Amino acid sequence: MNTHHCKAKVALIILIFSLSISPVSAQDTSTQKFILLISTFLVFAISISVLIVAKLTKDIVEQFQKSKQQNFERDYDKYFKNLNSDQIEIFLKNKELGRKTETVERTLAIAGLCFILSTTISFGQQPVISEGSLLSQTGIIITIVLISIPVVCGIFLLMFKIMKALRAFRNTQTLSEAEYLTAYLKSLENESLEVSLKIRKQQLDYQLSNNELMGANPASDEKGLIGNIHDASLPFVARKKNALVRPKIDADLTRLVLWYVRCATFWLVFGTSVGEFVGIKFVAPDIDHVSWLSFGRLRPVHTNAVFWGWASLAMLGLGHYVVPRVSNTKLFSINLGWYSLILINTAVFAGTICLMAGINNGGGEYREYIWPVMLLFGVGLALTLINFLKTLARRTTKEIYISNWYIISAIIFAIVISIVAYVPIWQNGLGETIVQGYYMHQGVGMWFMLFTLGIVYYFLPQQLNKPIYSYSLGILAFWTQILFYTLIGTHHFVFSSIPWWLQTIAIVGSVGMVIPVIAGTTNFTMTFRGSWYKIPDSYTLPFFLTGIVFYFTGSLQGTAEAFRTTNLLWHFTDFTVAHSHITMYGIICFLVWAGIYAVVPRLTGIEPPQVTVGAHFWLALIGLMFYTIPLMYGSTLRGLMWMEGKPFIDSVVFMAPFWLWRAIGGSLMWLSHLFFAYNFYKMLVGSGIVDVREAAFAKLARENTLN
Amino acid sequence: MEFFDSHTKLFSAAFLLFLVLTLFVAIMPAINNDRNNAALPGEEMLSEEAVKGKALFIANGCVACHTQQVRNVEMDKMWGKRPSLAADYASNRRIDLWRNTATLMGTERTGPDLTTVGSRQPSKEWNLVHLFNPRIVVKESIMPAYPWLFEFKNEAANEDIVVSIPEKYSAGQGVLVAKREALQLVAYLQSLKQTDVPQGQAIAFLYKKQQNITDESVTVSSVADGDALYATHCQACHQANGEGLKGAFPALKGRPIVADDNPELMLNIIMNGYDARPEFGVMPAVGKNSDLKPEEVAAIMNHERGSWGNNARKVTPEEVQKLLDRIKNLPNQ
Repeated sequence: MNTHHCKAKVALIILIFSLSISPVSAQDTSTQKFILLISTFLVFAISISVLIVAKLTKDIVEQFQKSKQQNFERDYDKYFKNLNSDQIEIFLKNKELGRKTETVERTLAIAGLCFILSTTISFGQQPVISEGSLLSQTGIIITIVLISIPVVCGIFLLMFKIMKALRAFRNTQTLSEAEYLTAYLKSLENESLEVSLKIRKQQLDYQLSNNELMGANPASDEKGLIGNIHDASLPFVARKKNALVRPKIDADLTRLVLWYVRCATFWLVFGTSVGEFVGIKFVAPDIDHVSWLSFGRLRPVHTNAVFWGWASLAMLGLGHYVVPRVSNTKLFSINLGWYSLILINTAVFAGTICLMAGINNGGGEYREYIWPVMLLFGVGLALTLINFLKTLARRTTKEIYISNWYIISAIIFAIVISIVAYVPIWQNGLGETIVQGYYMHQGVGMWFMLFTLGIVYYFLPQQLNKPIYSYSLGILAFWTQILFYTLIGTHHFVFSSIPWWLQTIAIVGSVGMVIPVIAGTTNFTMTFRGSWYKIPDSYTLPFFLTGIVFYFTGSLQGTAEAFRTTNLLWHFTDFTVAHSHITMYGIICFLVWAGIYAVVPRLTGIEPPQVTVGAHFWLALIGLMFYTIPLMYGSTLRGLMWMEGKPFIDSVVFMAPFWLWRAIGGSLMWLSHLFFAYNFYKMLVGSGIVDVREAAFAKLARENTLN
Repeated sequence: MEFFDSHTKLFSAAFLLFLVLTLFVAIMPAINNDRNNAALPGEEMLSEEAVKGKALFIANGCVACHTQQVRNVEMDKMWGKRPSLAADYASNRRIDLWRNTATLMGTERTGPDLTTVGSRQPSKEWNLVHLFNPRIVVKESIMPAYPWLFEFKNEAANEDIVVSIPEKYSAGQGVLVAKREALQLVAYLQSLKQTDVPQGQAIAFLYKKQQNITDESVTVSSVADGDALYATHCQACHQANGEGLKGAFPALKGRPIVADDNPELMLNIIMNGYDARPEFGVMPAVGKNSDLKPEEVAAIMNHERGSWGNNARKVTPEEVQKLLDRIKNLPNQ
């Protein structure tokens, strides 16, 4: 297989599976098709032009024949239909003037066809295409394309000139018709017509007085419906709606939720700083030579910190708000929430130190924390589960809202997964690998995804101020997610020595995932239906929308990656890394941010600065694109190099620019997290500057009470 | 529905469904696997040093970039003679009280697969230099350096293993000596080999490249590419410029053995390795280990004989085949 062939193939694959669109350069075997395609396009374009020219010519000929008719035979009635007010006025005025003067002047300009004739007619010939192998040569194809470009441009130019000339000629004909009409109008003597035209003009000139509905009273807003009144000056960024007034939330719960988010934000900044550093090491491997900071040790520090520190704590924090709210009751125990927070933070902190010191569990991804560390995390989850279940048990609603299905199940499953992953009985030999595939993918799908979906099922309808589109779709997605997702773990080990049937089940399960993903996406987008206009007014909805789009694309990309053929190409490459960022970042992070921006202003009563929320959103989104698209493209080509048996080191050299792009995208993402941390800080403490109005009114209130 | 309005019923149902599926796709297959697989009879146990080396391999997270699995697809053939089998991993047990089993299969090949690195790159000297800083021997490498496995000494003691590195990297700090950990890690890497399956090759690779004879481009590429083969098998030591590394790996540029009109000795060294000169590292039996075909060996030889100013006559695959038959009957050098 030569490189051109590869490129065509790669471009096709990228076209289908990634978010980018690459031009397809057809070569070799597809040469004939390519030529055919171009020729068809040209023939099509030219015939359209010819048709237009023919139509213009036909009009001219008709007009010409008509102009031969005698004046009295002409039918001017059509010009009297739908006259507008101005025209009537001109006509009537003319009649008045006409009675005074009787001068008729006629001028008629005739333009010749010579213009067209003078135009150089030089039909370019289509390059004659000879048969045979010559056409399959790149040089020939390039030459043909290069030659056809000016030729085709010439043809189009010519067509435009012809059309222009024809149109000009047509206009001169029309002008002569207009002259006749003018003369006719002048000669017309009809009193009754003038009267009826006068009446018609009055009718046309009628206008509303613009106060039919309000009458003459001054405007007032007695119900206080109008808000958001600001300076008349032009805003630097679009104004977004403020969060609604804070509902009555227990101050203790507020404190707990905010501390969860505070810790999560710390782990986000820490974890992604490490990730950023690790990404830079691909470009500059000798940046440091400290054992605690070496690539192999820091990589799991990054992944585990953002998994268990950032995403998990942020989700749990939001969960502590959502679960009691949709159960319409108070949280069972604030203390349990604090214990859980402390345990999980301790686990991530201890785990980070252990990994950097070189103490890990044996190399399974996301399972790098040794069991005493992960046990702390597990106990934290168990306490949360008890807390949530007891809260749910004393709910004042009859039914269990779908959010609680997802959130509480996610915690149950996460505990099961951790137990399966850490109990040593079934971990001998390949057992470890089978469990690893199960564990790492269930961690993603049954913990992060399920929990986040629960959050979305609460916050999305709340932010759109309308119910979720379909409760049933949510339930369908819930059960099918459990059924299919549980099966797909081993698709990370396709072609390895784990049982073939298990690999096949994983692939089938991956295809089955289409059902919950489409059900979920449909449900969310249909909830958006009719409310799309709310997106520009809101600083949370763009995060939701992005998360939902990535939920669809990222998840289906996972399905595409699971097939045996795509495994040949993409397995072991950085494509997987790009995919995991599209999902864990594009879905989970964006949705969790949406939830945080939705809930924190309600808890603290302070809005984040809109400029920096925008900066957070766009840097994160653009950074993610810069990170993933080059990485997917480069990895695809790297996979092809491996399939061709190229020397391994060549594929390392080849990846260098794509790793650089990854570092650039990663830097933007990292920067966006600093903005997020700043926004969160602002939502906690406000601007810190005394508000003159607030202070003045507070003083007034004090004086009122004193008096 | 009544059923879904009871939290005990709802979550018990979800839990049970998940548990049953878990049993079916994770726990049962894992237990079954342990019950039905055992190590191959010829498998060598890791030496004590290698076990410690494996612990270092784990501690430093090498698995993040290096897989240890030859998949049963044609493209993985470059990493092993046969696809990996469940039996290859069967002897892996829990490391200790704190740490889980480490099959170290890996999911990411940022660096090469290591299943057979013990036979592909057995040279201790190369491995030590490479660990100290990979860019000394492979300048395009992005692998981390592991200088904390080594120390600089003013004077090496008798039992010390001295690692010779270019001046640029030692920068007058003295002699570089491998610490015990470096030797353990190398011992582990050297132990990574594929055990022969009893009764010969039984497992086939899937997705073989289709040979289309009518297509000209394929027939052209089926002629072995000396450049690429040299990069894969020789370049790590002898370098792309053929100059080797002083004090570690000999130059091929202008070397009489390479330029010799009679290619027999050169062929023998490529096939069976070489350890006659104490000042250089041991050359592994590259040809045998990688199971190179006569046309591939001829391509490598022609690349070496015709590059960097070398100008020896070309050898043909037929000539190599003839010589190979003769070498087979000779004792190893």
